[in-house]
Amino acid sequence: MKLVKVHITLKEGVLDPQGKAVQGSLNTLGYNKVKEVRVGKFMELTMEDDANVEEQIEEMCNQLLANPVIENYEYTVEEGVTQ
Amino acid sequence: MKFAVVVFPGSNCDRDMYYAAKDALGEEADLIWYKEANLDGYDAILIPGGFSYGDYLRSGAIASTSDIVTQLKQQAEKGVPILGVCNGFQILLESGLLPGAMLRNQNLKFMCHFEELVVENNQTIFTSEYEQEEIVSIPIAHNEGNYYCDDETRAKLEENNQIVFTYKTNPNGSVSDIAGIINEKGNVLGMMPHPERAVEALLSSDDGLKLFQSMLVNWREKHVAGA
Repeated sequence: MKLVKVHITLKEGVLDPQGKAVQGSLNTLGYNKVKEVRVGKFMELTMEDDANVEEQIEEMCNQLLANPVIENYEYTVEEGVTQ
Repeated sequence: MKFAVVVFPGSNCDRDMYYAAKDALGEEADLIWYKEANLDGYDAILIPGGFSYGDYLRSGAIASTSDIVTQLKQQAEKGVPILGVCNGFQILLESGLLPGAMLRNQNLKFMCHFEELVVENNQTIFTSEYEQEEIVSIPIAHNEGNYYCDDETRAKLEENNQIVFTYKTNPNGSVSDIAGIINEKGNVLGMMPHPERAVEALLSSDDGLKLFQSMLVNWREKHVAGA
């Protein structure tokens, strides 16, 4: 089994109103050094071993997990625990 | 004229859409469950608003992977008019039938109120009954209506007159004040405001009715002899 960790982030230049609100709250709490927050998504996929695992992840990210118009993705593939 | 209203799990404006086509416009309409839908034989397809699949992942993302979208693409290819409103617009974007994507409203609020729209292009099968630059009052109801596309796409939309409706006062942060866009071929329209909620005076505005009337007039001109 493989454990795939996918990080999805908003592309540079795409406004992140949610991140702005979180930044505002952190500043209100006194963390004045925080100058920007960008909110993204993290997903873990447990997959059966496959020779083309990376190719499949790319496809899944482009087709569904991320929206390439507004989002970037990165991923890592680790050995997962066989259940 | 026969309309199909596609119903997804979580659609909640399907009945309003049905009412607009069937009662306000006075034409035939069917509500069809997305899994059983056969879109052959319909003269126009309406994708209603709501929260398909609870807006999981991104608004419209899960619905855009369903089989019905394959059918939608085939019908779009054939030239059948397709109107997606609110979540319907989001589904059209996620499925690639229209360019761009939706972000959360700039003020992070769900907004539900009437907005004044400008008809930017009345040379479409959806807007021919409006005057060019006509100001119409149509309600919005969304949390993710902040339309985004890159500069290249925006330039292309402007160049091809694909921006059909803009907000007079931008409520959500959309680029170029975009409220609705059409595909290059001119038969797929997506818009965040709800024309189906403004089809008779009792609903505070009947400005949305002309959109459905435009669809009817254009269908008749094409398909009914002597119309």
